[in-house]
Formats: sequence, C-alpha cells, structure tokens
Amino acid sequence: MTEKIGVYVCHCGTNIAGTVDVEDVSKWAAEELKSRGVVVARDYKFMCSSLGQELIEKDIHEQGLTRVVVASCSPHLHEPTFRNACARAGLNPYLFEMANIREQDSWVTTDKVEATKKAKALIAAAVNRVAYQQPLNSLFVPIDPNVLVVGGGITGIQAALEIANSGQKVYLVEREPSIGGHMAQFDKTFPTLDCSACILTPKMFDVGNHKNITLLTWSEVEKVEGYIGNFTVTIRKKARYIDTSVCTGCGVCWEKCPKKVVDDVFEAGLGKRKAVYTPFPQAVPKFPVIDRENCTFFLKGTCKACQKFCPTGAINFDDQDEIITIKVGNIILATGFDLFDPRRIPQYGYGRLPNVFTSLEFERLSNAAGPTGGKIVLRDGVTVPKSVAIAHCVGSRDKNYNSYCSAICCMQSLKFAHLVHEKTGAEVYNCYIDIRTPAKGYDEFYQRLLDEGTHFIRGKVAEVTSTPRTPEEEGKLVVQVEDTLIGKQRRLPVDMVILSCGLEPRRDHHKIAHLFGLSCSADGWLIERHPKLDPVATMTDGVFIAGVCQGPKDIPASVAQGAAAAARVLSIIGQGEIQIEAATAIVDETSCVGCTQCISSCPYQAIEFLSDKGKAHVNEALCKGCGTCVGSCLSKSISLKHFTDEQLVAEMVGAMQVMKSFQTMEVA
Amino acid sequence: MKEYAYFPGCSLEKIAISYHLSALETTNQLGVKLTELEDWNCCGATAYFHVDELLAYTLSARNLAMAEKIGPEVVAPCSACYKNMYFTNKHLQDDPDLADHINDALHEDDLSYSGKMIVKHLLEVFANDIGPDAIKSKVVSPLSGVKVAAYYGCQILRPRKDHEDVEQPQFFEALMAATGASPVDYPLKMTCCGGSLLLSSRPAAYGMIHNLLHEAERVEADVIATACPLCQVNLECYQQQINQEYGTHFSIPVVYFTQLIGLALGIPAKKLGFGKEFLSPMKAIEEIKNMHNQQEAIAQ
Repeated sequence: MTEKIGVYVCHCGTNIAGTVDVEDVSKWAAEELKSRGVVVARDYKFMCSSLGQELIEKDIHEQGLTRVVVASCSPHLHEPTFRNACARAGLNPYLFEMANIREQDSWVTTDKVEATKKAKALIAAAVNRVAYQQPLNSLFVPIDPNVLVVGGGITGIQAALEIANSGQKVYLVEREPSIGGHMAQFDKTFPTLDCSACILTPKMFDVGNHKNITLLTWSEVEKVEGYIGNFTVTIRKKARYIDTSVCTGCGVCWEKCPKKVVDDVFEAGLGKRKAVYTPFPQAVPKFPVIDRENCTFFLKGTCKACQKFCPTGAINFDDQDEIITIKVGNIILATGFDLFDPRRIPQYGYGRLPNVFTSLEFERLSNAAGPTGGKIVLRDGVTVPKSVAIAHCVGSRDKNYNSYCSAICCMQSLKFAHLVHEKTGAEVYNCYIDIRTPAKGYDEFYQRLLDEGTHFIRGKVAEVTSTPRTPEEEGKLVVQVEDTLIGKQRRLPVDMVILSCGLEPRRDHHKIAHLFGLSCSADGWLIERHPKLDPVATMTDGVFIAGVCQGPKDIPASVAQGAAAAARVLSIIGQGEIQIEAATAIVDETSCVGCTQCISSCPYQAIEFLSDKGKAHVNEALCKGCGTCVGSCLSKSISLKHFTDEQLVAEMVGAMQVMKSFQTMEVA
Repeated sequence: MKEYAYFPGCSLEKIAISYHLSALETTNQLGVKLTELEDWNCCGATAYFHVDELLAYTLSARNLAMAEKIGPEVVAPCSACYKNMYFTNKHLQDDPDLADHINDALHEDDLSYSGKMIVKHLLEVFANDIGPDAIKSKVVSPLSGVKVAAYYGCQILRPRKDHEDVEQPQFFEALMAATGASPVDYPLKMTCCGGSLLLSSRPAAYGMIHNLLHEAERVEADVIATACPLCQVNLECYQQQINQEYGTHFSIPVVYFTQLIGLALGIPAKKLGFGKEFLSPMKAIEEIKNMHNQQEAIAQ
C-alpha cells in the first residue's frame, strides 16, 4: 500500500463523544488500520473548527498524507468544509472521504459498546474506499445574467424588482391577465390594517414600467431545458385577442361588451365581469384579454361590439397563441397557492347553505372595490348580518385533509372579526383550536380583538346546519361546536359563517415540480435545499423557490423570501461563472450500444444522444451524480465518477471485515 | 338473475314484516333474487358485542358461513345486522388468528368461513347494483309530487365503512327520485333515531326523535323513507307520545324505501305490507299524486 491515510475522529462536543468512545476509536484506527495505509489517527473536539481543519492541513504538509478520512457528521453538512481544507493544503478534494458517525451512529444508537463498534466499521469502510478514490476536477460554466421569475404575486413582484433594480434583466411570467396575485384580492392586511391594494399597486406599477423587466402576463412556461447559468425556457403567450401595441386600456371594449360572466377567479364567484376584461381596475398591464370560452363572437360568430367601438382598432379576433424561447441563467419560482375547497367538508355546508362564505369570498365582500362596494352583507346582497361565526382551521390541522398549519388563518380570522365588528357591529364568534400569533405586532392585534368584545370559543366547528332546535335558531345557521374550555357543546345561531380556509399547493403543483426538476413534499409544497439554512434554494442548481409555493406563509414572510431569492440569484450572477460538482456520470463509448435507456431514466435530462456516433453522452454541467443511469445501463457502460464499483465494493468489504472480526472475538 | 344471500334478521320476521315482504316483491320485479339463509341466527344486536366480543363474532360468522353456501355477496336489510356483519367480516379478514379461532368453533357445526364474502346493505343493492336508472325504467305508477325525506339513519354509513361520501351522501335521494317522488333536502338524514335508548333513557330518546320529526315537518316532507326497522319503529310508533310530551301535532308516515319503490313499480299495496302501520301514507300519497296529475293536466 503506497497511500498515506490520515484519520480524524470528531467528538462533536458530546454529540458523538457522549455515545462513542472516540479515543478508543482513534487508537484502534492507528493500530488496526495501519496495514491499510493509515499513518496518523487523531481525535479532536470539533473537527469543523478552524483549529480542527488546521490539524488536517498540517498533517498533509508534514506527514505527506495522500488521503484523508474524517469521521464526524453527515457529508450534507461538512463535506465542503473538509474538502476545502484538503484543497488548501494542496490535496485534491476528491481524495477526502467522510464517515458519518453522528447521524448514522451516535444519534441513533444508545448502547455505547455497539456505537463504538459501528464507528470503527464505518471508519474502516471509509479508509478502504478512500484508497481507491481518484483526483477529480470541477467544471466551471459561465452564468447568463438574465433571470426568469415565474408567478406575479407579491413574492414574484418583489424578487423581480430587486433583480431589475440591480441592473439585471428579468422576465416575469404570470398565467393570469394581470400581476398582483392573491394580494390584489385582499381588503386589508393584518396586523396594521393597511389597505392591500394601496401598498401593492405602486409595486405593480413599478414592475409594469421597469426598463429591465419584460412582463409576460397571460403566459405559461411550457418547457425548461439546460442547467444553472444556461437555461432555455419555452413560454406560451396565450392569445389575448388585443393588439397591445395600439391598445390604450381605455375600457370602451368592456363597457360595450354585452356578455356578463361570473368571475370565479378574481371575485371568487361573487361578482361578474365581461367577456373582454381586466380582472381589476389597477391591473398591470392595463390591456384586457378576451375570454374565448364566453365571448359571443367566438360562440356564435356574431357580435364584435368591442371591435366596433374600439377607438384604436386594437381588437384582433385572429390572434394566435405565440410560443417564445428565452435564455436565462437562473429561475425563481413564486407560484403561490390555491385556497382549500371547503366543499370537501360537507358538514360545513359550503355550496349548500348560501350564507356560508370562504375566506376569499369574504375578502371580496369587504373590499371597497369588490362586488358589494365593501358592504358586508348576506348572499341575498342586502341583509346585514347581526351575528357572524368564523371557523378556523378549515382544511388545516386536520388529518382528514391537510395535517399542516396554514400559518395565516388565525391572523386572517382576527382581521375578519375586526372588519365585521367595525362595519356591521355584529356579534362575532371565533371558533379556534389554538390562536397562533407569533410575529411582530400579531399578538397585540389579538389582544385588541379581545378588548373589542369578539367572542372566542376554543373548539373546532363540528357542523354548520340550518336545522333549528329552538325558536331562537329558526331561520339561522347553527354552528355546533364543543367549547373545550368549559367542556360543553354549544350551538351558536348566527346569520353568516366564514370558513377560514387553509392554503393548499397549486392544483398543478406536480406539473410545476416536474417542469423545473424539483420535488414536492408529501403535502405538495416545493422542497427547499435546507429547511433552515437554505430555504429558497432547491436541489436543482439555478432554480429557487420563494413565497407560499414553498409552504404556507404570510405577506411579510413571502416578501422576505422573494428578496432572499433575488439576493441568491444576484450573488451567482456576480460570480460570473459557477463550479459544477465533479462527481458525474461518464459513458464508456467503446461499449455503449446506444439503446437510450439511460436517457429516459435520467431525472435531470442530463444525457443526450449523439446521433453521429450512436452513443449516449452525459452533459457534466447538468448531471447531479445521482447514479440512476448507472443502474439502468444494460451494457454496464456508464460509471459514476467518485462512486465507481471498485470504490463501493471496497467500502462494503471494509465495513464487513471489521464486523466479522468483532463477531469472531465475541464467539471466542 | 343476480342472486344474493339474504339475511333478514329478527325484526323482519314480525315487527318489520312489511320491509321483508316489500324487499322480496321489489327485488323480484327488478330481476334480483334474494335467497334466505338456512337456519340463520341472531346478528349479535347492540348488546352482545359489549358482553363477549369473541362469542359475538362467532355468532355473526356463523351467518357469514351459511351465506357463503349461497353466493359471494350477502345482503342485510336491517342497518344493525349490516353493521355487525360488515365489521365481523372485516375483522376476520384482517386478523387471521381470529379467523382460525372462529373457524374451530364453526367446525363443531360442520361449517367454515373463508373470509371472502362481500357484505351489503339492501339500500346499497338498490342504489348501486340495481341503480336508479333501472328502477326508473320499470316505474309504472310514479309517485309524482310526493315529497320524501330520505332518512339514512346512522349505522349504514357510521362507523365509517368503505363509502366515499359519509357526510352528505346522495344515493338514497337518487333512489327516491327514480320513483318519480321529490326528495327534500333533509339535513338530519344521518342523525341517530335514538336507537335502543328508548329502553334505557326515554327522555333522551324522545328528544332525538322529536328533532327528526320536527325537521321533517319543517322541510315539508309528506313521508319519511327509512332503511332500518329500528328507525321505522322509533320514528313512527312514538309520535303520539312525542306529541303529548312536546305539545306537537306530528302525523308523518314512516315507511320502508322498498315499499315506496314497490308502489312505483305498480305492486299492489297489500303485497308490500301496507296496512300494518300506525300512520298510513296511502291516502296521502294517492291525494298528492291525483293533485299533481290534475295540475299537470291543467298545465298542458
């Protein structure tokens, strides 16, 4: 054995040393693994500290180490740390190997003797493996400075503005006719009660007029190819039937349009719009779209009222969908959420009992620009409710629907209670499981509501029924709820019930995830790279997530994430080029038969078919080194650098030899 | 002709004989054969499962073993029988030890049970297997204008079995609509009738029955259709007592759904067991139908 291997056992405070006898392990490694090339073995309190790293660097210089093994935590956490330490001392970082004796040993083993044995086996495995490791060199690719932001809600708006203000170009894609997202539908925002539109529309206006932002509304991303720094994105611009180069947004078309349509999107089904419309007066861009499904001309072949009256001749019934292709270096997804559909909880009566409203319906009801001009009235459009119940956690914190907390509903419900109280003077009952008001100024708002005389009943609503049991209940909606603080069933006769519906991933979240090469949690939210330390990056380099598409959050948190994602993107752009992981797959062209099995198995579209040679080829910049293609290759022509058969077999043999020697000792 | 093993249960022998008669008549008319189990025994009712679970399962499994001789599906018209048989079957399927144990006992009676039966309520057979469309096509005397409260009772859907919609099911209403009648929205359609509380706590049971009748009157039902003998008895036979207790004037006929379907199919009332109830719906139904037909004629 010609390699000189150094082994470093980390105490990780008591995280490892509390369960594993680290001194014994390092002594054992120095003696028992000498034959495998170990020339030095040490244990140290925190290997990741600068002193710990210096220990490695010193040994490389002084003892001429050619391989390094650190037995500590998960490579997920500190592999880059120790690789860098090796590189600083002039050793190729791929000649380093990590043995995970924390997550895979000390944290999951209670028996100290067994934990120490397992640590030895894991170190022996790493030592055996590292001898076969090869020096590898990383690839550097240039970064295209243009950025794609998908989703024009408050998160996407914030991200786009941050990037555009720094001087980089942004494409902002939005599937609806206007940007603004859910925030444009809201009335007031908690806890300060400032008007949602008033704080949002200036930002929307900035986006619409920014020289660095190309706004693509009424558009959807169809295809994403490439890798960090070099994405090619195909976008469908849906036919608007409006020539935006001449349209002035004067509004004559929608004034003259004879066809009224229930607006299920912006007005949550409470109001109507025309067949040619902008969703709301402050829409950005100001150009309307023609709703082909409902337009009289498209249905019957006659009408064209909008065209006749349009002063600039902007109506174009022959407009077609347009497919455009753009090049960007980074992508930010801010695709938001859909509201939980309370029809799935039939006992709450939504859709059956007219005066049961969703939270979004209430927002429109209370909004001065909404269908009732901000009057809070029952479904008949005139009656002001004298009593209102608000059911919290509708579809959230419920294992039958979504087990997670939707994070915004408590504050949203408190806001509703305040608005109802203020506008109608009605008695308001909040039926809650727990009140969660953890952010700045939120609990103060809750205290304010308590002072205002809102009733709080701790209990999940069991049922909303129209069946009266007493004369007082006649003609009312009755909310059946167990008041868990007094331990009694209560029946609340009210005029109106508001269901504080939870947030759900977009109905097409699987499609979105697939399109951008991301994964979803079991609940359907897009998964971040690290839940605490890297909340906006994803496992796909160059693709970031921000806002509610990552998990339920309120406006301040969404804005913060939008800005955070922008900062991450700008830092990549600033680097000019980016280093790609060197542990990638490689095709042996001499034995590849060109069956293309690997191409269909690759989850990152990293393998292409070289038609001139009839061989598969791995694009190193795209390859994530997952190894799926290696398993799928029928002629065994693909190998994964840094994970070769030789290395993996050596690793297993190392572990098994040690375990076997322990067993023999026990038998003896 | 599709054949089901038929477990009538004790109620249908006497107090709910009209359910038994109408079930046989209507299924026969609709091309379905109900073959009664030989020598069937008690389903275990409410009490036995709380006294000795193992013996109760054995008792219920004996019926399943008998049913298996007839065919792969067994149907119970009584909701309590259905619930007991359904869960006995499920426990035997999920727990091979229990199944072995019980089969040992069944061997004493020269019986054995494989665990492969499908247990259905009679209402499910009508709603899913026969289907409202097939019934509609055979209706000769539609119950036009008759407002029916389709009352599921609790045990068909609860505890949860394998039905999709247990909170707002619609299949019973669809069945009633097939007869030409108009099902009303009856929000308490799955609320308990009081069950055997009448024996142990009469005031509590009266309260529950009162709620159901009050709601039926509020939604202007002409008749309540039920699919369970106990629901029928509780809702119909105690109306006088409820009226005394609450100062009300309820007089709402409560009949089995098979009786209404039978009438629509043109089967003579007597064959459907009419005439044995306290509150006959027949006169009311005839009047409503005539009135409806007259209105139709005038409209035309």
